[in-house]
Amino acid sequence: MTLLLFLEQVLNGLQSGVMLFLTAAGLTLVFGVMGLINLAHGSLYMIGAFAAAAIAAATGSFTLAIIAALTAAAAAGALVEMVVIRRLYTRDHLDQVLATFALILIFSEATRWVFGSFPLYLDIPDALSGSVRLPGGIEYPRYRLALIAVGLTLAAGLFFLISRTRLGIQIRAGESDREMIAALGVNISKLYTLVFALGAALAGFAGALVGAIQSVQVGMGEPVLILAFVVIVIGGIGSIKGALVGAVLVGLTDTLGGVLLPEALRLFMAPSDAAAVGSALASMLIYLLMAVVLIWRPHGLYGMRA
Amino acid sequence: MNFKSIGAALALAALCTSAGADGHGGKVKVGMITTLSGGGAGLGIDVRDGFMLAVKQANTDALEVVIEDDQRKPEIAVQLADKMIQSEKVDVLTGIIWSNLAMAVVPAATAQGKFYLSPNAGPSALAGKGCHPNYFNVAWQNDNLHEAAGAYAKSEGFKNSFILAPNYPAGQDALTGYKRQYGGALAGEVFTQLGQTDYAAEIAQIRASGADSVFFFLPGGMGISFLKQYADSGVEIPVIGPAFSFDQGILQAVGDAALGVKNTSQWNKDIDNPTNAAFVESFQAEYGRLPSLYASQGFDTANLLLSAMAKADVKDADAFRAALKAAEFDSTRGDFAFGDNHHPIQDIYVREVIQEGDVFTNKIIGTALSAHSDVYAADCNM
Repeated sequence: MTLLLFLEQVLNGLQSGVMLFLTAAGLTLVFGVMGLINLAHGSLYMIGAFAAAAIAAATGSFTLAIIAALTAAAAAGALVEMVVIRRLYTRDHLDQVLATFALILIFSEATRWVFGSFPLYLDIPDALSGSVRLPGGIEYPRYRLALIAVGLTLAAGLFFLISRTRLGIQIRAGESDREMIAALGVNISKLYTLVFALGAALAGFAGALVGAIQSVQVGMGEPVLILAFVVIVIGGIGSIKGALVGAVLVGLTDTLGGVLLPEALRLFMAPSDAAAVGSALASMLIYLLMAVVLIWRPHGLYGMRA
Repeated sequence: MNFKSIGAALALAALCTSAGADGHGGKVKVGMITTLSGGGAGLGIDVRDGFMLAVKQANTDALEVVIEDDQRKPEIAVQLADKMIQSEKVDVLTGIIWSNLAMAVVPAATAQGKFYLSPNAGPSALAGKGCHPNYFNVAWQNDNLHEAAGAYAKSEGFKNSFILAPNYPAGQDALTGYKRQYGGALAGEVFTQLGQTDYAAEIAQIRASGADSVFFFLPGGMGISFLKQYADSGVEIPVIGPAFSFDQGILQAVGDAALGVKNTSQWNKDIDNPTNAAFVESFQAEYGRLPSLYASQGFDTANLLLSAMAKADVKDADAFRAALKAAEFDSTRGDFAFGDNHHPIQDIYVREVIQEGDVFTNKIIGTALSAHSDVYAADCNM
């Protein structure tokens, strides 16, 4: 493998990492601030992608599609928070898992009922199609570069929001002592709805962006949800910084492991066996990473509760 | 405890068969277990709609169909099969899309004396040593379309293919099938993860490999993702795949990215025979969409069953089996015959993705394999 190919794969890992971050950020915020395990977070990702595909098909505009994805996911998030999730904050995690699992089923079948069982079409905008030649001679798709840029910008924006704004102070305060900030006169239920809608909007945004290069179909959120949980466990639950570091680690491990392991095994195995064994091992790598991180730091890389 | 309940079930089944004779004389009750919800629902819905279209056209009250959703889960498929055999008392089972579900259901069902007609899954285990007189596959053995892709690549003079498939049994069979007919060198062989949605890493490897052709087997959403990302990557190496990534249900979601891609299939809507023309027209009229190969398989399965019902009583298992084996029905594929292992002997075509108005679809551009059977038939003793 040449250095250039390796660097291209690093970019690919980074790109899948930052997209994963957008989904994991909402999940970790909701868990950190409200102590809620939300299995239906993947459904919000799916809602974003379907809203984008529907609006793109109707108007032909990618910008409108992205706005629709943000709006639909945030609205669905706020609605779900007010109707269902609000009743779960005081219950234990098992009840939350049951109820939000039910939400997955409801969202999936409702989406299938509205949009049918066949995948939808969503394409990248013309302005971002094709590839560019990076310094060093790597041919890299323009859209994926844009995804990296957008992801990193949003990450920076989230840091700013959490560490520098009034809302951020309230979120951090809610994370450490919710009775206290309620006593200080912060409308805690409004804050929770807002945080939930923000997390949902980020997930929906990621769904729409990624949907343009993948398949927009029912059930697309669940694989992402599992990865997002791995990310927040690695990063430390409740930590945005942890989610970013965890997401990039998972993205890089997943991409580079899938490429490098079969190559390495080929040195002493038949190509066909090396491909099969390497791929099987590669699919375990992120879970190994999670196990190693947890042995080293039982609360994750940036976990706050020791 | 399991053995006891199986024993009890067998005893019950035996009782039912003897009592069933006056229950429904010349009638046949079919249990269809297929995937109607979740990510893979498009395939099951097409099989069901194709099957029910043939049933509707036959306009007979001798055929009763019970349909259940397996949610693509083997344990649910097994429960449904038990329920259909024990309490619904079906004579024939059909409908399963996925090979892992078929492996969980078919051997037990045929061992209890039920007939199973497969409208899709054709795992090698059921075509070779595990073949059964009561098991008929109306679609293809799993390797067939991949073998055809290999044969096509060879005939086109490709000598350095990059091949990829998900790392699960059907994916491994796909690459084996391709290599069996292809015979050239490999620029690379990659197993992706099942359900993988991002193929940037594989596409970078393809670009760097110096391949002259790419063969991929990535069914459903995986194929949509791969084709869109491949088209956007600017890699120009020609792509070949089996029909599973190019069926009517998903082509619209791939869009321009699939145009011109060659794929192999045992069926297409432009196969020139009256049965097929009538099928395509009536399917469109009934459901408002073009049929896929899965729909054609469901339609053929129902017509095979109806042809056997016309000749024999399902209670006379030997006569009914012989009637099924004869396969005297008008297939949408034209000539259709079963080999000795009850799998099809059929032509497999090369199709190209084209655009007709707003709709993306396929047209046949050649025949990859003629009167093709499968390599496992030799291992089948029955």
